[in-house]
Amino acid sequence: MDLLQLAIKTGIYTLMAGTLVFALGVVMLKNLFHAALSLAAVLIGTAILYLVFHAEFMAAAQILLYVGAVITVIIFAIMLTEHIAERSIIQRNKQSLPALLGVLALLVLIGKVLLKTPWPVNPSTLDARVSVSDLGVALMGAYVFPFEVISILLVGALIGAVVIARKDSRP
Amino acid sequence: MDQLFVNLKAWFLNLLGLFLPDWLVMLASIVVSGVVILCLGPFIMMYLTLLERKVIGRIQNRYGPNRVGPWGLLQPVADGIKMFTKEDIIPAYGDKLIHLLAPIVIVVPALMVFLVVPFGRNMTAVDLSIGALYFLAISSITTFPIFMGSWASRNKYSMLAGMRTAAQMVSYEIPMTLAIVPVIMMSQSLSTGAIVAAQNGLKWFVFTPWGLVGFLIFFFCAIVECNRPPFDLPEAESELIAGFHTEYSGMKFAFFYMAEYMNAFTLAAIAVTLFLGGWQGPLFPSWLWFFGKTFALIFMMIWFRGTFPRFRVDQLMGFAWKFLLPMTLVNILVTGFWHFNPGAVGWGVSGAVLVGFFFAITALNRPFVPEKRIYELAE
Repeated sequence: MDLLQLAIKTGIYTLMAGTLVFALGVVMLKNLFHAALSLAAVLIGTAILYLVFHAEFMAAAQILLYVGAVITVIIFAIMLTEHIAERSIIQRNKQSLPALLGVLALLVLIGKVLLKTPWPVNPSTLDARVSVSDLGVALMGAYVFPFEVISILLVGALIGAVVIARKDSRP
Repeated sequence: MDQLFVNLKAWFLNLLGLFLPDWLVMLASIVVSGVVILCLGPFIMMYLTLLERKVIGRIQNRYGPNRVGPWGLLQPVADGIKMFTKEDIIPAYGDKLIHLLAPIVIVVPALMVFLVVPFGRNMTAVDLSIGALYFLAISSITTFPIFMGSWASRNKYSMLAGMRTAAQMVSYEIPMTLAIVPVIMMSQSLSTGAIVAAQNGLKWFVFTPWGLVGFLIFFFCAIVECNRPPFDLPEAESELIAGFHTEYSGMKFAFFYMAEYMNAFTLAAIAVTLFLGGWQGPLFPSWLWFFGKTFALIFMMIWFRGTFPRFRVDQLMGFAWKFLLPMTLVNILVTGFWHFNPGAVGWGVSGAVLVGFFFAITALNRPFVPEKRIYELAE
């Protein structure tokens, strides 16, 4: 049985390492199409991690929304913009230094929050399973307000898209 | 008879249990299911190609393949050997790595969907609690390999086909997902096993007004999702040579082909699971019912291919966004009504609403026909 546990652990760490490698690929690869594909790989990797941690719904939603829709749109944009899909493009510009500072600040902030958060690891939290119906009840009960606000946002985005895509009737 | 395959597996595992530790038997159980699925996919694909050629042949008033083996039964094997021995061509300026990866990656999601398909009573490989959602998520990945293949080929036609695929698949995913929502509402579960169990006896969802509409929408979307004629715009031979796999030959091409047929099978299987009662049915063993229904749907797909002319791109997109999408939304509403008023009242009201909405939406979508122009100067 120890062998099995070891195999599972190794598998999970390999998965994490692979995800990190692809994440580096997203920012380091010079070819935009390759970068987009590694982004897809990263998202699939995180989805598998969710699956390992028994968050099946999260995993499926992640693949459906991010991999299936968002990345498709990104690749679509890359393919439509012929000049950026073909050759490798420069990855730096004058804003490198401010961007670095911003990222460092964000890292410090996230690190602080992470350190502050108590991580209650006890048997009851380890065995916690959030089923889809629990999520549904929560969305329709305690979190109904943000849920509705998000739907308004989505409708707004939809109408905006229609307005932009509409044929211009004025000369 | 009903539990034939389940018993076979149990017998095999018992045999292993005689001289292997428990955890190895558990592992073997997983491996057995996995191997069965890994073999089932390509095997079904091989004979689907034969079935397709035979049926199309009959539709066109000819015999179809009948030289290799009795009734042409060995034709798929001959095709396989031909594919293996064919020269593998990679475009000189193509992206070699991605060109190689695309056909491999496309087979993975096609095979992964098999995991949640309930082939019969107790015959689901993994009865995930999110089965239906898993199917949607996995089938949404299929766009990528097509993108990869079309981009890596460095070919204008492949590229165009990739674009078309993106537009087509992303658009049709939405009505497809929404067509499944009523099923989830009524069976109150996302697991494929529970969905089949909810259609116990002859209470198949297709026998309700919302189920019928949902099934038709799902079936249309399924045909579009697996790029079959009449919705095969990504590979329209007459316009784009062969679309995204123009630059592929030999085994790589065979992989694309394989994924396409396995997708056709799994989509038909999921349609059966969600709307046609899965393995539910009287008299015959459950797996026979399941495969019978699935192949009936596949036969319909082939029939469509033999009968309908190809759609135009704008017609295809318009159909998804202007017709199927509103229809699915009304269907969800009707399902809510049906939940509280099943039976005669439900039938009357929801049928009336659906039919009324159908005519309203067709009237609104009437294509714009420009008035007849008279060229005065030409006369």
